[in-house]
Amino acid sequence: MANRRDFLRGVLAGGAALTAGVATEPACARETRARPDEALGLLYDATLCIGCKACVAACKEANGNPPVFSTQDHLWDTPLDTDGHTFNLIKMYRNGTMEAKDAEENGYSFMKVSCMHCADPSCVSACPVSAMTKDPVTGVVGYNPDNCIGCRYCVAACPFGIPKYQYDSPTGRIGKCELCRHRHKDGHYSACAEVCPTGATLFGRTEDLLAEAKRRLALKPGATTVYPRGRLRHAQEKVLQGQPDGKGAMRRHGWRDEPDQSYEGTVGNYVQHVYGEKEYGGTQVLKLSAVNFQKVGMPDLPPESAAALSETIQHTLYSNLLMPFAVLGVMTFAAKRNVKADEGEGGNDSERKEG
Amino acid sequence: MANHIHAAPAPVGGRLFNATTFVAGVLIAIMATILLVRFIFGLGAVTNLNNGYPWGMWVVVDVVIGSAFACGGFSVAMLVYIFNRGEYHPLVRPALLASLFGYTLAGVGVIFDLGRWWNVWNMFWPGSVNLNSVMFEVAICITAYIIVMWIEFSPTFLEQMGRNDTKRKLSRVMFFVIALGVVLPMMHQSSLGTLLVVMGVQIHPLWKTPLEPLLYLLTAITMGYAVVLFESCVASSAYRRKIETHLLTPLSKIMLGFLAAYVVARLGDLVVRGALGSAFAASLEAFMFWLETACFLAPFILIGREADRRNPARLFLAGIVLMLGGALLRINGFLIGYETGDGFHYFPSFPELMVTVGMFAIEVLGYIIITRRFPVLPREAAHS
Ligand code: SF4
Ligand code: SF4
Ligand code: SF4
Repeated sequence: MANRRDFLRGVLAGGAALTAGVATEPACARETRARPDEALGLLYDATLCIGCKACVAACKEANGNPPVFSTQDHLWDTPLDTDGHTFNLIKMYRNGTMEAKDAEENGYSFMKVSCMHCADPSCVSACPVSAMTKDPVTGVVGYNPDNCIGCRYCVAACPFGIPKYQYDSPTGRIGKCELCRHRHKDGHYSACAEVCPTGATLFGRTEDLLAEAKRRLALKPGATTVYPRGRLRHAQEKVLQGQPDGKGAMRRHGWRDEPDQSYEGTVGNYVQHVYGEKEYGGTQVLKLSAVNFQKVGMPDLPPESAAALSETIQHTLYSNLLMPFAVLGVMTFAAKRNVKADEGEGGNDSERKEG
Repeated sequence: MANHIHAAPAPVGGRLFNATTFVAGVLIAIMATILLVRFIFGLGAVTNLNNGYPWGMWVVVDVVIGSAFACGGFSVAMLVYIFNRGEYHPLVRPALLASLFGYTLAGVGVIFDLGRWWNVWNMFWPGSVNLNSVMFEVAICITAYIIVMWIEFSPTFLEQMGRNDTKRKLSRVMFFVIALGVVLPMMHQSSLGTLLVVMGVQIHPLWKTPLEPLLYLLTAITMGYAVVLFESCVASSAYRRKIETHLLTPLSKIMLGFLAAYVVARLGDLVVRGALGSAFAASLEAFMFWLETACFLAPFILIGREADRRNPARLFLAGIVLMLGGALLRINGFLIGYETGDGFHYFPSFPELMVTVGMFAIEVLGYIIITRRFPVLPREAAHS
């Protein structure tokens, strides 16, 4: 018995050393990430949206996506939800008699469904092969089909149900909004914002969009204010325009020059919350609504991201592979003593004796 | 130290073609046909998978549950080689064989489910891997473990092929292979639970906990022992051999020990997180939670007493309910307690089920062929 007791003591000592080692190791808790400074995004204001779905059509065209049908006659693009070929959709909220726009009771409203470009995206944390990546400068969450193995962990992980796999094809990809990043190099911004007739979908730097959203929340409902359309100009942009730096404004901000399209409109009766300011560490697409956000399909999310928790657990267990190697060391020590007595796995053909 | 004298393993012998192997063959052929359709027309052609439930039967049952069922080899090897309980040695080979099949098939089964399987090399390409991804860790560890298990099991083949020289050389480093074979499953079985963490608010509070890795590891170990109980009973009745009660009785006690640790961790976590309340709601989730919990508690009633642990029927039953409990924990976490939003439903399609059945048939067929032709089960004086 002495033999075994010795051994057990060895294993226990190893285990204790290991536990101590792990416990004193500074906890590698990974904080929820914030948006990059130059993060790009959208501001969707449901009180301005008229449900025309111009953005849905523009998104299809900008991304070369085929129409999706849900009616018998197959006349119009009529997707009921975002899917592998539909990256953007306007969903309707309806209640009772639907008399008034933006009323929670007996009213109706709209909500844009497309990628939120999270500051700390679950899809990027989940993807095993870096097919989902977040641009360090613009923060745009992009997809690379050449890396993607089609495991659909991103589909399962995203709290907004955004990445969608194309189940109808043997070579299906993941389909999701990439903030029209393929159009950026020509100075074009998001197609959905470009075509929006009311400025309900507005493109810009998230920081500027957040300031604009807060400006609207501070206004009195029913008052009159100016709403920009298309792209929200950076505050310093106007100053720069007149500067004789030879290159002009376009060179400064990188976007094609457009005439100012702002107009005057009435202030909506907002819920006092910028959706996306803090959710899961914040998102780059922000939303305003007069109807409760959960009622229009936006999940109630805590300020800490799930990605941060997942990576904290993972890296605490595997910090520099310290823990696995320590366990492996203990196991090897134990196995070395015990396997010798056994003469390797399965022993030999003769009767086996030990003791 | 007590003396352990074991009969060396020997092939069972007998015919390979019989009713069981024939049925298995037919089921495998059906599976092959379904998979052909899947690879030509895509996942949507044969599965009920959708964008609300991107993971179905093939991931949750074939991989997550299948690999946990295949933990017998790891659980028994840990007992024999790490805790030096040599008396359980005769259980190692049969358990390892079942694990070898379970894991190899789980590894192959993943490919059926991958929507862009031809890109799978990215998983091993340094330029592509994402070290933050839980799935990356699971995939690497499972791949490594499959290789390790084949090495661990290779003496059986080498013996039969008369390559004793190679076998002797291999046995000199076997201790390290065995240690790896204990660490790797610990790593990925716990990480299979961590997979749920990034899904965040979409997981029902009853299954959403940072303790996920511990719960999945503990249940994988107990399921490993449960599978050994189950297999030993089935193998002895199928091959009309004596039941190894003298081993299974003390083994089941060890299993209860791990199970007790699990139950304490599971219920303690629910209380600390304040999630226990939702177990009393009138919901499918609450019902499934109690079903799962009942399966984890039943073994204490079935084989709680020493006398009951000598009863093979009770051991068999305890093995089955525990396997069921572990399976339910995983189905509940990944499917029942997973909610992406309104409008999505999932129930496996018939072809999906048939692929899982076919995978099981391969396991049974492989187990029969190998135990009949290679030295796996302990030699017995008289067997049919
Ligand atoms: S909304 Fe979903 S897909 Fe978009 S960045 Fe966030 S987690 Fe990724
Ligand atoms: S489906 Fe593709 S993009 Fe999504 S997690 Fe898997 S490999 Fe990454
Ligand atoms: S940014 Fe581009 S891809 Fe994204 S929703 Fe708008 S149009 Fe579609």
